[in-house]
Amino acid sequence: MAAVASDAELVARCRGGDHDAWCELVERFSRYVYAIATQAFRLSAHEAEDVFQDVFMRAYEHLDRLRSDEALRPWIGQLTRRLCIDRLRTGGRESPAEADTLEAIGGAEETLAQLDDALTVQVALSELDENCRQILDRFFTRDESYKTIGDALGLPPGTIASRISRCLGKLRGLLEGRE
Amino acid sequence: MTSSRVLHSMSYDEQRIAELLRLLPPAPVGLVRAAQELPAARAAIDEIVARAEADADLRARLVADLERALQAEGYDPAPAVVRALRELLDAQ
Repeated sequence: MAAVASDAELVARCRGGDHDAWCELVERFSRYVYAIATQAFRLSAHEAEDVFQDVFMRAYEHLDRLRSDEALRPWIGQLTRRLCIDRLRTGGRESPAEADTLEAIGGAEETLAQLDDALTVQVALSELDENCRQILDRFFTRDESYKTIGDALGLPPGTIASRISRCLGKLRGLLEGRE
Repeated sequence: MTSSRVLHSMSYDEQRIAELLRLLPPAPVGLVRAAQELPAARAAIDEIVARAEADADLRARLVADLERALQAEGYDPAPAVVRALRELLDAQ
């Protein structure tokens, strides 16, 4: 298993000016932030980019204000939601319709809960060995074929399916161990 | 329903895990990289603002054409830097 810094450890290192920790923090939350903007609030790519940069700029500037270092995840989630809602309400749309905005906010709740669970799985994935991490990430999130994965990792394509199954089992074990 | 309640009731069968993995594809690489470079960008922003406060001519050039003025002064006019600076200059 890979040693993965906790959110609290990352925050503490970021406060100390550790650039690598900041890069890791961005990497850890980048998918989550972007998915909230594009999937939960259905912002356009351009709007999502603005929100994404704004979230991390504010996170960087206000990291000192975080009451508990463990609260990083809900704080980033909440910050992203707030900025998405701001964007929906005032984000340069020619005719912001309040009813549409409210509908978008209401419809986002279920997706947000799903994305929270997805982030839990992503964090667990990062604790798997490099090989499993690569295989599962390439297959499920990058939609790569067995052949592409095999070529990239130097593995026979015929073995990828069984490796995916084995790695999913490891990931499941890791997640169930947390319950 | 809160996330913890969802997790508590969620059985981690492999199909469910696969569905959750698919929900978080990578964010665009350029966006992630730009966010990772924010500390350097922040330092550049602070430096430019300080210089603009002390140099009215520079401030005028920044207000007139921000990207060009940044390039002329040797700064990278990254979108996050430009956006943050524009807000700061507009607010002053």
